[in-house]
Amino acid sequence: MIRAALIWLCLAQPALADETIVAGLSQNTVSITANFDGSEILIYGAVKRDKPEPVGPPLEVIVTVEGPPVQLKVRRKDRVFGIWINDASVRIDRAPSFYAIATTKPISQILSATEDLRYRVSITRAIRAVGISSEADRAARFVEAMQRIKVADGSYRLQVNAVHLTQSTLFRADVALPANLIEGDYRVRIFLTRGGNVVDEIERRIEVKKEGLEKIIYSLAHDQPLFYAALSLALAVLAGWGASALFRFMRF
Amino acid sequence: MQLYLPIAEVSVNAFLLLGMGGIVGFLSGMFGVGGGFLITPLLFFIGVPPAVAVATGANQVVASSVSGVLAQMKRKGVDFRMGVVLLVGGIFGSAIGVWVFARLTAIGQVDLFVQLAYVMFLGLVGALMLQESLRSMWRARDPQAPVRRAHVHTWVHRLPFKMKFRASGLYISVLPPMMVGASVGFLAAVMGVGGGFIIVPAMIYVLGMPTKVVIGTSLFQIIFVTAFTTVAHAITSQTVDIMLAMLLILGGVVGAQYGSRLGLRLRGDHMRVLLAIMVLAVSGKIALDLLLTPSELYSITSVSLP
Repeated sequence: MIRAALIWLCLAQPALADETIVAGLSQNTVSITANFDGSEILIYGAVKRDKPEPVGPPLEVIVTVEGPPVQLKVRRKDRVFGIWINDASVRIDRAPSFYAIATTKPISQILSATEDLRYRVSITRAIRAVGISSEADRAARFVEAMQRIKVADGSYRLQVNAVHLTQSTLFRADVALPANLIEGDYRVRIFLTRGGNVVDEIERRIEVKKEGLEKIIYSLAHDQPLFYAALSLALAVLAGWGASALFRFMRF
Repeated sequence: MQLYLPIAEVSVNAFLLLGMGGIVGFLSGMFGVGGGFLITPLLFFIGVPPAVAVATGANQVVASSVSGVLAQMKRKGVDFRMGVVLLVGGIFGSAIGVWVFARLTAIGQVDLFVQLAYVMFLGLVGALMLQESLRSMWRARDPQAPVRRAHVHTWVHRLPFKMKFRASGLYISVLPPMMVGASVGFLAAVMGVGGGFIIVPAMIYVLGMPTKVVIGTSLFQIIFVTAFTTVAHAITSQTVDIMLAMLLILGGVVGAQYGSRLGLRLRGDHMRVLLAIMVLAVSGKIALDLLLTPSELYSITSVSLP
């Protein structure tokens, strides 16, 4: 087992290190404040070479942005006695809360299946659904359905041709982070590929955290729940009384 | 104006929330229902997670009920004595309800049970109210029709522990109101609502209280039920979003004032027809959800990472 892991680790290293990535992000932290309405991250960089560019298949770039993992339960409705009820369910151990891929070309053309499996690049591979087959029949359909829902609500995005590569050297990609972000470390990965093989990989992190009023409310709710509950009730009663008093004052 | 909600962790339009609060508050002030059965589905619809929607909805109902009760108090529309008796019964009922809810959660079919309970109780209550109020409207149009006696003495009036409820003009045993309170408390805990839409018809038809006292008394009772729910959710799951609540409340308290003013101008039977139609509409919507083939068979719920 350990040996297999070691071999896997060795294989996981990029085969060719002639071309390496030098990259930067427009920002390393994203602050969620009260008026937060999504954020645009610019990921840019260049390819550093010691030798002239090798001949052969062209250089391609893949950029992924991955949110903190969450555990999900996918339920399927079935018709029982004429009504639709939640019946079978499958638990997905680790799925990214957010996942965006930006590429220079359709992913199947620039990344081989084995490399995809190794680096977990495509959306399907990024979802870690190990050991779910025992929970329900045809568990793959549940994972598929989850992807479909996540793509539909914008949590998972595939942006083909969204990486602009200039003269096989300079690249830039814009990734929009949606408004419904959760806090945590967002992992940015950049891959260089040639002929379907990963030439170099680089990883960066973006810290997403609540700031100001958002942070105060969130911490209070979690650290002082009783006080928070009392505060919520007091505000509710005060608002109810205030509106009543105001209206009486205005009308009579 | 977009606003990021700290607990719900979604960004929503602040004016949309104010408007939603206003509409629900309006209905709440007019009919004396807490509005929990309306606000929660509306919040789901705009993408607030269900747990946050339920807990925050309860907090919003506290505010609109306080505002409504104060408006009703001015015109002596609250029978405090009856409210306290109902509340005593309600505490017992909700304690049992919380236990049953926990059992159902363990089995894993609590969603279905809640939906079925909504369809059944809303449908039944709505249909009975519509039938009765339409009949009384027709009777009002036809002066020759036989007049129903104000007080029909039944077995209810032979029970012991009689008490005077002056504001309601009743002299009845405390047992029926306590039983009404208990069954409402039970249903409220199981269905996650204040229970106004059940208690209002129960007070009119079972206890024979005059419609104009019913609303204030119902709101008075709902304040305590939803306050308890808010505290319970805030402590056990931290799902009360104070920012979301404040926006809904701001819209809601204003709406409730206008609602209760309009409610005063409406005739009792007209008001009951409107409430019945609203209750039937919600019931019908939930029934359709259960019966029609959903466009997406699969749904995702997040489980917190261990």
